[in-house]
Amino acid sequence: MRMRTTTALAGVAALTLLTGCGAADMTKQASPYANAQGARTVTLSVQSWVGAQANVAVAQYLLEHELGYRVDTVQVDEVPAWDALSQGRVDAILEDWGHPEQEQRYVQDKKTIAAGGDLGVTGHIGWFVPTYFAKKHPDVTNWKNLDKYADLLRTAESGGKGQLLDGSPSYVTNDKALVKNLDLDYQVVFAGSEAAQITQMQQFAKEKKPFLSYWYTPQWLMEKVPMTEVKLPPYEEGCDADPEKVACAYPVTPLQKYLNAGFAKEGGKAAEFLKRFKWTTEDQNQVSLMIAEQKMRPEEAAKKWVDGHESVWKQWLP
Amino acid sequence: MATITAPTSEKAAPPGILTHPATRKLLALAALAAVLVPLAVTQWGGATWPSALTVDVSEPLGRASDWIIDNRDSHPLFLYFFGHVSNIVVVAVRAVYLALLAVGWAGVTAIGALVAWRVAGVKLAAGTAAAFLACGLLGMWVPTMQTLALMVVAVLASVGVGALLGLAAGLSDRMDRVLRPVLDTMQVLPAFAYLLPVVLVFGIGVPAAVLATVVYAAPPMARLTSLGLRGADREVLEAVESLGTTARQRLLTARIPLARKELLLGVNQTIMMALSMAVIASVIGAGGLGDRVYQALASVDVGAALAAGIPIVLLAVVLDRVTGAAGERLGESGKSPVTWLYALVVAAAVALAGRLAGFLDWPDGWDLNIAEPVNRAVDWMTAHLYSGVPVVGGTADWAAHFTSWILNPLRDGLQWLPWWSVLLIVAALAWLIGTWRTALTAVLAMAAIGVLGVWDPSLDTLSQVLAAVAVTLVVGFATGIAAARGDRFERLLRPVLDVFQTMPQFVYLIPVVALFGVGRAPAVAAAVVYALPAVVRITAQGLRQVDPAAMESARSLGATSGQQLRQVQLPLARPALLLAVNQGVVLVLAVVIIGGLVGGGALGYQVVFGLAQGDLATGLVAGAAIVCLGLMLDRVTQPTERRTTKKGA
Repeated sequence: MRMRTTTALAGVAALTLLTGCGAADMTKQASPYANAQGARTVTLSVQSWVGAQANVAVAQYLLEHELGYRVDTVQVDEVPAWDALSQGRVDAILEDWGHPEQEQRYVQDKKTIAAGGDLGVTGHIGWFVPTYFAKKHPDVTNWKNLDKYADLLRTAESGGKGQLLDGSPSYVTNDKALVKNLDLDYQVVFAGSEAAQITQMQQFAKEKKPFLSYWYTPQWLMEKVPMTEVKLPPYEEGCDADPEKVACAYPVTPLQKYLNAGFAKEGGKAAEFLKRFKWTTEDQNQVSLMIAEQKMRPEEAAKKWVDGHESVWKQWLP
Repeated sequence: MATITAPTSEKAAPPGILTHPATRKLLALAALAAVLVPLAVTQWGGATWPSALTVDVSEPLGRASDWIIDNRDSHPLFLYFFGHVSNIVVVAVRAVYLALLAVGWAGVTAIGALVAWRVAGVKLAAGTAAAFLACGLLGMWVPTMQTLALMVVAVLASVGVGALLGLAAGLSDRMDRVLRPVLDTMQVLPAFAYLLPVVLVFGIGVPAAVLATVVYAAPPMARLTSLGLRGADREVLEAVESLGTTARQRLLTARIPLARKELLLGVNQTIMMALSMAVIASVIGAGGLGDRVYQALASVDVGAALAAGIPIVLLAVVLDRVTGAAGERLGESGKSPVTWLYALVVAAAVALAGRLAGFLDWPDGWDLNIAEPVNRAVDWMTAHLYSGVPVVGGTADWAAHFTSWILNPLRDGLQWLPWWSVLLIVAALAWLIGTWRTALTAVLAMAAIGVLGVWDPSLDTLSQVLAAVAVTLVVGFATGIAAARGDRFERLLRPVLDVFQTMPQFVYLIPVVALFGVGRAPAVAAAVVYALPAVVRITAQGLRQVDPAAMESARSLGATSGQQLRQVQLPLARPALLLAVNQGVVLVLAVVIIGGLVGGGALGYQVVFGLAQGDLATGLVAGAAIVCLGLMLDRVTQPTERRTTKKGA
């Protein structure tokens, strides 16, 4: 019996020693793969859409080849990425579509994330139909006439209503509320991921079938499947404040970069470079198309773009 | 599925029918229903679960999640407990990762091959080396090392935790009674259901991934440890006891060594489950190979997804074979420590040589681009099969027909049924096949779904599961019967089954979308592909194990081959077939949930939504409903005596 108590005591003592008796702040922990073998590492968050992959591919290529860093990338959804960024598990998000709640919490209140400036690309979300369909039925581009075409847009998944194809659950969307508040004869069908949504749209386009989809610009698929936006009631400041009562279009968002606060201060050349990183919609689309359509590997696509645009990226180098 | 598993004993003579146990159970249930149903109907009518009986948990959950995010950096619980847990995981993974990088690719390959050679022989050693080299050739060396580092830590932790729990359950009857239902339940839960609670506490990243993996992979180790300890030969134990040994000596010198086989099988199972979780955990930032698969899916790049998926399959096959071979060779002696020493020296020498020669990172030019040809093949397939194929129609048409003729009526039918009748059906099925206890668990699980307020989406998910299981069983039984009757066919089938069982589920989500479009049909298709190998295997094994004497006597009576199958083999293999049904249901559920990523909707979508938006109220409730659904499905299909079975990796 005594033996057992001694063992237990020793165990507790060992545990205390092991944990260093002190506090461990898990909100400040880098990824275990960071800075291996003395290399300076930057961890970038890649979101699940290809435009974001293009940003990361080019930033990674330049960080590795011009500044001598090792770059790790992790794919995380948008909202959790903010959390990971504040913990330092990723160092930077290069393309954010506007998350006011998170911005308030982490940038203003906790000061664990620092703003990194404009990406240079302006984003816009909306409802789109393929241009071949809009040409045949020009009035489909106004939401008031959408109900006329509900029959044409019906699928097995949407039941008796027209199908409004939505993508990944992580994206900013008011579509369910919009359909309800505008009283449309449509059913929102979530593809569950952007990959699934794109695959479905390409299949529709191949057969020149009509479809109505939640989509956004800039997006490389626009080059392959030209699409026309459907006009929704115009956006006004604050009309999307109550998510239940939204009945207006999506705003136009200048996309933002965010850095982990510690990294922004002590990240040296890498942080400086990422703050200066700024390019145009065409640049981004070029790289996206190479990755998604020509199926080039991201690093090859980045190399090709970097080789042709020296004057652009020279300005980013610290 | 009921038609296949229905007992043939219904031909019993009329006088006996009242005493038949199944009839008695049904009568008792009918009596119970006669009292309860009118009560329920007058109180809460309607088809869907009555809103008076639901509890809205979204507000407290939302508050809890906000509290955690706000207090994660200040509350003592996080500073002094979770913080350290998270720290230890990060430090451990980092240590293994740095060690692997320091040894270099040549060193890792050499060490892997030498270890495989010592425990499993020359053939597997060559296989191991080839597997590691293939990972490098595919351009996946660093991600492979990241996954390996995470796996080593997660497997060690799972084996440790599992062995401790198993020890407790194996030595104490009370612990066994407490733990058994818990472990049983954990084994039927889809991996997706584990993610959210862990993320809630640890945030996205490696610590959360490792802990979710441990929760998922520890139960088989615990079950098998306890089984091994309990299964030890009584006579040996008595003999040891008579020598006057203490309880601890008995444990260390007799019971544990006697349970070696089960322990190793437990390790094997744990490794396989940890690997499959390593991929799913990429959704919460595990990094490594799983993350590459996940990233490739974002750009609809099946080729790149495959390039990252193949190393996972290779790791799985190598680890499975090596630990399996180690288990089989246990009894043999003759391995002296000296040869181990030699192996160690050789490995160290190779690693050192690699280091000196600058062979640490995988050389840049040495890779094989498989993504392009694969993508071309996939494109061709979808271009030619999607629609307009003469006579049979394209895959898109099949999917549409499947959705509107099977999935829609099934879903609408289930949702049309009054809620109390669903409970009644569940009770009847579970009781017929199991005991009143399993029936009670099943009914309570189903009721819990209603109370959580996700009755309709759960029935939607259930309809997908039922449709997928039906398809899986038809195809699986047919293939299994063919495999059991033809040796050559089985030999051809084996590697295919191996690959499909270890391929991460994510890899085939996109080709499935390309073929069947977005919606519930591709989710069902992916589930069928995933569950098929296990069903085929169990069926073939069950049929082959039928007593040869019974077959011989049937043949001598002049039964044709078909008669033998129908009247002898299938009835005698009934336990195996029931097991196949049970496994099929559990595996199908796991993938139907992941189908939320390709438009499967219902519960799977809600979990994905919860993870993506950090909306724990939606995600956790859906996760809990999945848990209940899994529990219910398992109990409804669980034969009275459960055996220790392999859950497909």
